[in-house]
Amino acid sequence: MVCDIVLTVTHPLTCDAVVIGAGMTGAACALFAARAGLDVTVVDRGPVGGGTTGAGEGNILVSDKEPGPELDLALLSTRLWGELAEEFGQFIQYEAKGGVVVATSPGGLTALERLAVEQRAAGVVAEPVDGDALYGLEPHLAPGLPGAVHYPQDSQVMPALAAAHLLRAAGARLLTDRTVTDVLRTPDGSVLGVRTDRGDIHAPALVNAAGTWGGEIAALAEAHLPVLPRRGFVLVTEPLPRMVHHKVYAADYVADVASDSAALQTSPVVEGTAAGPVLIGASRERVGFDRSFSLPVLRALAAGATRLFPFLAGVRALRSYVGFRPYLPDHLPAIGPDPRVPGLFHACGHEGAGIGLSTGTGHLIAQALTAKTPDLDLTPFRPDRFAEEAA
Amino acid sequence: MTDRPRLAVIGAGPAGLAATVAAAAHGVRVTLIDAAAQAGAQFYRQPAAALRAGRPQALHHDWRTWQRLREALDAHVRAGAVEHLTDHHVWLVERESGRFTVHALLGPEEEDAVAVSADAVVLATGGYEKVLPFPGWTLPGVVTAGGAQAMLKGALVVPGRTAVVAGTGPLLLPVAVGLAAAGVKVAALVESAAPRAFLRRTRALAAQPGKVAEGAGYAARLLRHRVRTLARHTVIEAHGIDRLEAVTVAALDGEGGVRAGTERRIPCDTLAVGHGMLPHTDLAETLGCRLDGLRVHVDGEQRTDVPGVWAAGEATGIGGSALALTEGHIAGRSAAVRLTGGTPDPQEWVAAAKSRTRLGEFAAALDAVYAPPANWSEQVTDDTVVCRCEEVTAGTVREAVAQLGAGDLRTVKLLTRAGMGWCQGRICAPGVVGLAGCELTASRRPFARPVPLGVLAEEHSQSTTRAHTHPTDGGPS
Repeated sequence: MVCDIVLTVTHPLTCDAVVIGAGMTGAACALFAARAGLDVTVVDRGPVGGGTTGAGEGNILVSDKEPGPELDLALLSTRLWGELAEEFGQFIQYEAKGGVVVATSPGGLTALERLAVEQRAAGVVAEPVDGDALYGLEPHLAPGLPGAVHYPQDSQVMPALAAAHLLRAAGARLLTDRTVTDVLRTPDGSVLGVRTDRGDIHAPALVNAAGTWGGEIAALAEAHLPVLPRRGFVLVTEPLPRMVHHKVYAADYVADVASDSAALQTSPVVEGTAAGPVLIGASRERVGFDRSFSLPVLRALAAGATRLFPFLAGVRALRSYVGFRPYLPDHLPAIGPDPRVPGLFHACGHEGAGIGLSTGTGHLIAQALTAKTPDLDLTPFRPDRFAEEAA
Repeated sequence: MTDRPRLAVIGAGPAGLAATVAAAAHGVRVTLIDAAAQAGAQFYRQPAAALRAGRPQALHHDWRTWQRLREALDAHVRAGAVEHLTDHHVWLVERESGRFTVHALLGPEEEDAVAVSADAVVLATGGYEKVLPFPGWTLPGVVTAGGAQAMLKGALVVPGRTAVVAGTGPLLLPVAVGLAAAGVKVAALVESAAPRAFLRRTRALAAQPGKVAEGAGYAARLLRHRVRTLARHTVIEAHGIDRLEAVTVAALDGEGGVRAGTERRIPCDTLAVGHGMLPHTDLAETLGCRLDGLRVHVDGEQRTDVPGVWAAGEATGIGGSALALTEGHIAGRSAAVRLTGGTPDPQEWVAAAKSRTRLGEFAAALDAVYAPPANWSEQVTDDTVVCRCEEVTAGTVREAVAQLGAGDLRTVKLLTRAGMGWCQGRICAPGVVGLAGCELTASRRPFARPVPLGVLAEEHSQSTTRAHTHPTDGGPS
């Protein structure tokens, strides 16, 4: 189908699929859909990568996931990222640096190694590392750590660049600074397109890749999807020569990721970047969309990071940024067609793993849009799995 | 210690000094916190004491006002009403349960942490220079106009032998005169604004006879030093291999573009360049204060919209030292009354408020007159580095806009790294927005200065305890 170039209210733009959200997930959906032969329009109320994408570190991780549907999606995504890296690697700062999960106590090491055994059974490369080998991998770690697990598949991209380059490669029509105000539907309830503050866009398929705001988009189509924000801060240091070679984090991070607590949790996550600065996370809080600066959170992050890497005490933090992870109550994303609204597809709610999981998500969405059998069973990701009263 | 409330004033320039003196005179204790070794900031910058300058006033105007402020400050310090903390680099002001903690790093190394408690704060954080990029602007020998002035005032050092002063704004005049008086040959004062525009705004200027006289005084001194002024001209390139050897200047047409064929080369070893000032708003922004564009929003009492936070001087809009003095005075008076439980009567500072209005109009008139050439970014070649910290070129910025859809400062930063380095975009942001064709917006900079992670971590585990400081509540959260 050929789309009109001129956009007016009387002659709405038409295409095969509208993707709402110009973040990482929307970009991946657009790319895979376009490569499946669809004519795609991407619309975002802000700029490219202006939401959670622009506020994250760009993790592509298998290490922090327990066996289950999310790990399966992560493995698929990691493979797809590897393929895309051959095409875009240098533009999006793809780095297959690997992850090192550090145990801080002997008991912690036992639990960590037990998790690694299960992950290996699911297809993850997870190599136990004893004390000596650990300091070979990361010479600047605090002394006396009992051991770690090395995950060579963990990698990283610069997320805003990745979103921008995938969108460009998709050749999709990109409409930024344009807010979707309604979902247009036929009398029988199927998707007809979207209404924006600057005209309508007609398409038989609509992909909700609005991240933390995905619940609002679903509501425009009268579908319930309880996406909520989980705030996180990242501390950024001055540029350094490479001192931290992997993504390094303490084993308690895995527990925090899976936690249901609303209270502040911080567990040290430290990584060097190609550009020089060291990025330090990770905090998790449920405080709505509150962007205000929190010194206690940043103190906790700094304390955790300097415990792992004592040399960081003398390194300066230049800035911090804040973002909101889009989470769903069971910590799994919503991916696939919404049985309540024909033509509506969801690709949101990836919490803190959206950059990594975006490629697999885009691939599965493209399969769903073109009525192919998806590579993964989408049942665990069903968008209608949350009861209305749960909201 | 008494129970008298304590006001923290951040910045010891004209606004901060005026606020300190006014508040102390009206019964509150003041902690004046400043990064420099001596009061005065950039405007009243003092030669280092060790230099034993004979006549520092030769480099300043309005020396008498400064002396009066300085004497009042000294008297309040002697009386114990004011504590003046020098070499304190404030990186954050924290507001918790209606009280404030000012976090600073000590000394030139900025390694040790201090926390100062207060019941209210006056942000007199001043401004910083705006410099737009042009080919060659990163060559050694190219300095900011304010930097050249600081060298003259603070270190009594002369930056070079032959200088060109260029850009736009009222600061260029005193810089050119100061350099010439110090024995530097000033080959040209290159101002992109049009003198004719002054005449169209005579009303605001006529209301400020003192200011007009000040300008006329500079003009006379420029003549005496045989400094030639090139109005409606701009520097289009700085030349040199290892350091500056010459600049090319050109005349501007009515649309702010370069008039072809008017280029000429002027040999020089120093180029002092500036395009005006921008307000320092980091501390205010992190406190959650409303900004109007690039400046802190204040009411008639100089209060921000965050209870307990006042702001005065350049942080609330660039207006010069005289305006900063009146704003600081009003902020100090208002804070003193409100901190002691009263409601101020603006009649008490009616004279200061009148001058504030007049000086504000004058500043607005100047702002309208002094502007960089409308099409300045056309002269910036693709290989010109615009973000020095991250070495991002103009071409990279243009590509992010044209190819990747970046349409605002934050997205350009995300896609190019321009503004992610040491200066956090303070230097390059005006240049980047010009190249990207978008608006200059206030960036979020949670830390007003880089802060060692050890300082952050240390305050997390144990509070700082110093004689004059008040620890904050740390501990795991």
